[in-house]
Amino acid sequence: MTKSRLAGALALAGTLAFASLAHANTLRWSSAGDSLTMDPHAQNEGPTHVLSHQVYDTLVFRDQEMQLVPRLATEWRLTEDPTVWEFKLRQGVKFHDGSPFNADDVVFSIQRAKHENADMKGLLTTVVEVSKVDDYTVRMRTDGPNPLLPNNLTNLFMMDREWAEANKVTVPQNYKAGEETFAVRNANGTGPFRLVSREPDVRTELVRNEAYWGKGLFPLEVSRIIHTPIKSAATRAAALLSGEIDFLLDPPVQDLERLNNARGIVVRSAPENRTIFFGMQQSLPELRTSNVKGRNPFADKRVRQAMNIAINRDAIHRVVMRGQSVPAGIVMAPFVDGYSKDIDQVPRPDVARAKALLAEAGYPDGFGVTLSCTNDRYINDEAICQAVTGMLGQIGIRVRLDARSRSIHFAELPRGELDFYLLGWGVPTMDSHYVFHYLFETKSDKGGSWNATGYSNAEVDRMIDAMTREVDAAKRSAMVQQVWQTLQDEVVYLPVHHQMLNWAMKDNIDFPVQSENYPYFMLLKYRK
Amino acid sequence: MLAVILRRLLQSILVMLAVALVSFGLFRYIGDPIHNMVGQEATLAEREQLREHLGLNDAVPVQFARFVGNALRGEFGISYRMARPVADVIRERLPATLELALISGSAALLAGIALGVYTALRRDGWLSHAIMSASLIGVSLPTFLIGILLIYVFAVELKVLPAFGRSETVQLGWWNTGLLTASGLKSLILPAITLGLYQLTLIMRLVRAEMLEVLRTDYIKFARARGLSDRSIHFRHALKNTLLPVITIAGLQIGSIIAFAIITETVFQWPGVGLLFITAVQFVDIPVMAAYLVLIALIFVVINLIVDLLYFAVDPRLRVRRTGRGT
Repeated sequence: MTKSRLAGALALAGTLAFASLAHANTLRWSSAGDSLTMDPHAQNEGPTHVLSHQVYDTLVFRDQEMQLVPRLATEWRLTEDPTVWEFKLRQGVKFHDGSPFNADDVVFSIQRAKHENADMKGLLTTVVEVSKVDDYTVRMRTDGPNPLLPNNLTNLFMMDREWAEANKVTVPQNYKAGEETFAVRNANGTGPFRLVSREPDVRTELVRNEAYWGKGLFPLEVSRIIHTPIKSAATRAAALLSGEIDFLLDPPVQDLERLNNARGIVVRSAPENRTIFFGMQQSLPELRTSNVKGRNPFADKRVRQAMNIAINRDAIHRVVMRGQSVPAGIVMAPFVDGYSKDIDQVPRPDVARAKALLAEAGYPDGFGVTLSCTNDRYINDEAICQAVTGMLGQIGIRVRLDARSRSIHFAELPRGELDFYLLGWGVPTMDSHYVFHYLFETKSDKGGSWNATGYSNAEVDRMIDAMTREVDAAKRSAMVQQVWQTLQDEVVYLPVHHQMLNWAMKDNIDFPVQSENYPYFMLLKYRK
Repeated sequence: MLAVILRRLLQSILVMLAVALVSFGLFRYIGDPIHNMVGQEATLAEREQLREHLGLNDAVPVQFARFVGNALRGEFGISYRMARPVADVIRERLPATLELALISGSAALLAGIALGVYTALRRDGWLSHAIMSASLIGVSLPTFLIGILLIYVFAVELKVLPAFGRSETVQLGWWNTGLLTASGLKSLILPAITLGLYQLTLIMRLVRAEMLEVLRTDYIKFARARGLSDRSIHFRHALKNTLLPVITIAGLQIGSIIAFAIITETVFQWPGVGLLFITAVQFVDIPVMAAYLVLIALIFVVINLIVDLLYFAVDPRLRVRRTGRGT
């Protein structure tokens, strides 16, 4: 009797000791999509970066407050030559296989990411040279002054040169190669977690890197991560409700309320780095899908203004999005450089004035046009378009809605085949220039690849180009403001709202939403 | 006999070619894979270059000939999405689908026959009525709804069975099985019911109807007159004669279980080829979609062939008359 009680007490003590020592916190989480590849430079895509960020480190990253903070680089500065950036590297960092991290690896990784097979090369187009100064100093030369280079490095992961050479993965995976490379399924990073096993689309298991340099700097309370993607939205929510997973990156919007009301589950939200808006083809002599022949109604600014005030953004916010959006008056997310509340003025809906503007422009009876929308890309994208179809109908614009899959929509859009379309845009560099360059610059080989409006303004183009070379922050900021003023005045796009991001999790998890939708699990904390 | 088999084989090849053509043609209209393969920063020139590399700019007949040629060698190229050979990916995913289909198919067959016989013999019993009414659920409710209902009841509310996935699996050579672990078997229950419920009710109703039909025939009456036992009449004489249509239907249903596992696999995140296909469709991963469609067509064709041959084994009349008139 006494013996067994003693044994019980010992066993209990043992368990307690183990629990307090080991910090064995397994995080099981899910999302709709899985990473496409472990090769950190092959794809520039959200879910792929989410996994890479756990296993690999970048030089800098954006924390939960969206501040640029040191990671493998401890400090960075523009040198006397404004085309050269210098990065000081963290010392004593080791890759998962034990080999040390130094300047050679940085030079190698940047060059690898610039390779023509790499999807990440788009963020490094201005970098012409990477060189090692000493073992822990690296310099990058750009083709002109580039004051924002560090902003482009938040998803550029550092690989080990020796490991890449030994496994013949010194260049990123190429689609035409016809075989998979070692780096697609294996990883050797310096990151907070090590890859244990991975079955793409099924299960990925990571364990904490006990030798991580960030120990003490970051909470690192999660010791094991198991990711199982779940495609079906209802099943994803059910898995969280039934307790089979602890964290859900993309809870379905229709289930948010139910999840929030469920015992033991919380939903946290933050504005996302993505704005939803409509684009109109305004340079063609006549629209392909309109009954108006011989002229293009969208070319008239008054028509665009009329449409802008015909859209009731508040109604979309309340009814379509169930409160999960921030109505917008500009096509850039609130934390992007160059944003201010003053230029993000949400137009007040005014049907009477919109009708008057249309009549003034010569369309008293409105006109017909086809609106092309995705139905599987943005939150409630098709419903937004349906709402807008009705709102534009109020002022006599007869919209035919064509909702289709993103694979069709995003093929036709950059080719300029659409008259009136829905698009959402995020700004990974957190700078207005990215928006100008892709959405407003005149479409050419150099830029404007997502400008399907035909908008072309030589003065704006000149300023967009000039701001890449302006090192004086104040002057640059003034240029940005001036371009925004012009563009806002022209009503090139019809902004709808900034999307909201929601993360659902068990209520013992304290994990604020990161607006780029990157859960850095090393920052996750448990409530005691 | 040999001529019949040869003719069947020839027909099968034609069917396969037709499927290949249809699936190939379909893909030309479901969107552009390039967008998903490159980031939003890619320029138009880069997109065009990638199209060229993938051979998407070649003439259509050239692309089709290349497709069939490669398919014959079992090569479907590299998945655009996962950057891995399609054949490897499918080989990894096939065991999950086959296990699910086999388990739910055989459960449906056994339970369907048993329940069908029972409801035919005890036509007016209250239990038979209850079973018949319940079977309406299986016939009328769509699969995804049954799946979600089962998840809601057994995973969310009762928390006794997992809501998704395959749990632990064991690797036997290249075959990845979930049948050898307790958690693997537990995860199989809900998807298997979801997938098999329709088949179960179908087979049950078929067996019942056929059985009632057979029990009215003269030879059963004569058998009764001869004083044979009920048992012998029901199971040796009646049941055997109801099985011919059941074999046809069951055979075709095995094909559709594998093919239509797509919905069940999506609801339960079952890592089989159906889920692979759905993901591929969203991504316009043409090599995976092509391989999947061809594979499913092949399964259907092979099963049909086997069913045709089984007729000869089961139905002596066919062996005597050797009609083979494209039954």
